[in-house]
Amino acid sequence: MPQIIKDGAIVEDRWQWLDAEALAAQQALPEGPVIVPLAYWQAHRDSLKARGDVAVCLEPGEEPVALADDLADLPMVAIHFPAFKDGRGYSYARELRTRYGFKGEIRALGDVLRDQLFYLQRVGFNAFVIRSDRDIHDALNGLKDFSVTYQGDVHDPRPIYRRH
Amino acid sequence: MYVYRPHDKQLLNERVAQFRDQTRRFLDGQLSNDEFLPLRLQNGLYIQRYAPMLRVSVPYGMLSSTQLRMLGRIAREWDKGYAHVSTRQNIQYNWPDLEDVPDILAALAEVEMHAIQTSGNCIRNVTTDEFAGINAAEIEDPRPWCEIIRQWATFNPEFAYLPRKFKIAVNAVPDADPALIGVHDIGVQIVHRDGETGFQVLAGGGLGRTPMVGEVIGDFVPWPHLLSYLEAILRVYNKYGNRDNKYKARIKILVKALGAEKFRALTEAEFAELKDGPMTLTAEEVDVMRGHFSEPAYDPSLTNRPAALEQALASNKAFNRWFHTNVTAHRQPGYAAVTLTLKKTGRAPGDLTDEEFDAVADLADQFSFAEARTTHQQNIVLGDVRQDQLFPLWEKLDALGFATPNLKLLTDMIACPGGDFCSLANAKSIPIAEAIQRHFDDMDYLHDLGPIDVNISGCMNACGHHHIGHIGILGVDKKGREYYQITLGGRGDKVSKIGEKLGPSFDADQVVPVIARLVDLYVEQRKPGELFIDTYERLGIEPFKERAYATDH
Repeated sequence: MPQIIKDGAIVEDRWQWLDAEALAAQQALPEGPVIVPLAYWQAHRDSLKARGDVAVCLEPGEEPVALADDLADLPMVAIHFPAFKDGRGYSYARELRTRYGFKGEIRALGDVLRDQLFYLQRVGFNAFVIRSDRDIHDALNGLKDFSVTYQGDVHDPRPIYRRH
Repeated sequence: MYVYRPHDKQLLNERVAQFRDQTRRFLDGQLSNDEFLPLRLQNGLYIQRYAPMLRVSVPYGMLSSTQLRMLGRIAREWDKGYAHVSTRQNIQYNWPDLEDVPDILAALAEVEMHAIQTSGNCIRNVTTDEFAGINAAEIEDPRPWCEIIRQWATFNPEFAYLPRKFKIAVNAVPDADPALIGVHDIGVQIVHRDGETGFQVLAGGGLGRTPMVGEVIGDFVPWPHLLSYLEAILRVYNKYGNRDNKYKARIKILVKALGAEKFRALTEAEFAELKDGPMTLTAEEVDVMRGHFSEPAYDPSLTNRPAALEQALASNKAFNRWFHTNVTAHRQPGYAAVTLTLKKTGRAPGDLTDEEFDAVADLADQFSFAEARTTHQQNIVLGDVRQDQLFPLWEKLDALGFATPNLKLLTDMIACPGGDFCSLANAKSIPIAEAIQRHFDDMDYLHDLGPIDVNISGCMNACGHHHIGHIGILGVDKKGREYYQITLGGRGDKVSKIGEKLGPSFDADQVVPVIARLVDLYVEQRKPGELFIDTYERLGIEPFKERAYATDH
């Protein structure tokens, strides 16, 4: 079974991510936990909600507001990074946590690498599917790059001078 | 200046360790070029024409003598014995080896310095007036606010992968723009209203390919909300800035495309959510920051124009001339600010050797409370010199070659490193600067001409601020040959203003004659006491255009 980083540890993972192309090639949604594109979710919202093991993946340009009414029914929101340099997903995750108070899993998909993990976790991601050609054990170290932070984040919104 | 607390030091040490490991993984082949690129850029490391270039952050231009000595040591041990003051008040090394950079960063960390976010698509070094804290015209010291912004921006997790670089400047002087806030991604103007500090916040200014002056987005942001407001703007930009075309990715393009009103509405919506939240500044923290920039131990018994100064001014003509160009008034009676122009003919503007770093450090210790400042005009300022010590200081500066009395005059040019060093450049800048200096070598004539800002960039990216020079020179490439386009009427003084193109570009060997013709026209047409820029604004571009392209001159 594939491994991911979740809540600071390496764990086995059963979620299957289907993009629009993969979905089009299938007759019906497969059994088991599955991550679908936003458009698919919006088209089949009611039936998917009933399943309880369907999550939505946001692409760059698809903002969390599109899921504002659905978050209570979603176990996970995934955010796709087609390229790690596209930083929109950082603001999306932060919004999910602070504006919408989303408590479920936020998962980073795509070009997800060790050297971005520290920032990603601070804005609200708690699960990371590390790019398959990289060593997930090495990537885990990226969560611990710093012990000091100046600004607040989703875990502790207080800036450093308010933490004492 | 800001004195590091244990957690600041800890953060720097962790950064050095992180970058050491990233460099090792890159050299081992575990990180691809593309993956290493933004990591090294966010540590100020470019791969340039001949070697890497390392840009060291000098927050809002403040340096201690200890830091100056370390900068000199780094130039000596890891570079070719010199470094360069950039137009964003930073220090650049042109010849370090990639393998050495972690050690250089460790050395910098020893003196509370770093290269964090001096490049890359993130929030860059915060800049301000080089006379911050000593300028009689400012309404308060901008540096505590700069430091507050610096800490918010440092490793801000949400804004490390922006569409493009992001530059913030702070100005505390009313009716003038010494920090060039009009041409920054965000410009923060400190204002007082009903006795309370607040900020007028501009967004969408910038130079580069599409130069423009920023729009007022927040008219009065009360001080506790400064960071919440900045965060709101950054979030709008991070979400909606163009990521498909790097030439359309700066915030100025977004502000222009949406219009200021729409951009303001988006910002206000984000701000409404952040306002009064945990980012709200406390009076206590602002006081702590202000405490870092408390006055040095000025002697309160001193007065302006002491006898020793008057005597020297009366008896030494060269000192007198230098005093009138390179010495700036100070808000503390009996003190003055001294600018060392780093514009020796035959040397790249803004360059300092390792020995000169040491010499400046010694002078700072002896004459200016062990501090110095870098300027966006690529000079160095000793900010707190006793007026009765100006003459002995001048004698030492003169011996070192730093007493050229040309501050703000035609030969005090801004120039980027250009095609001699930079791989982005279309043309060379340094030889053009040198040719101008060689031609205009008559100090009497230069003083007669008065202040003229000549700014030179080797490409559209405008590191040499050519758009805001009274005379701007831009290197362009046409079919493999270097040409120079001239703009007139730009300003980076009282206001920030983008210059106008004169017309078709010139051959390298035509630049000096053309500038001489433009200057001649000014001399012919000026009214008594009128500066070059004022004559230009009165006459408009046409007569200058006619003269520049005239062949019978």
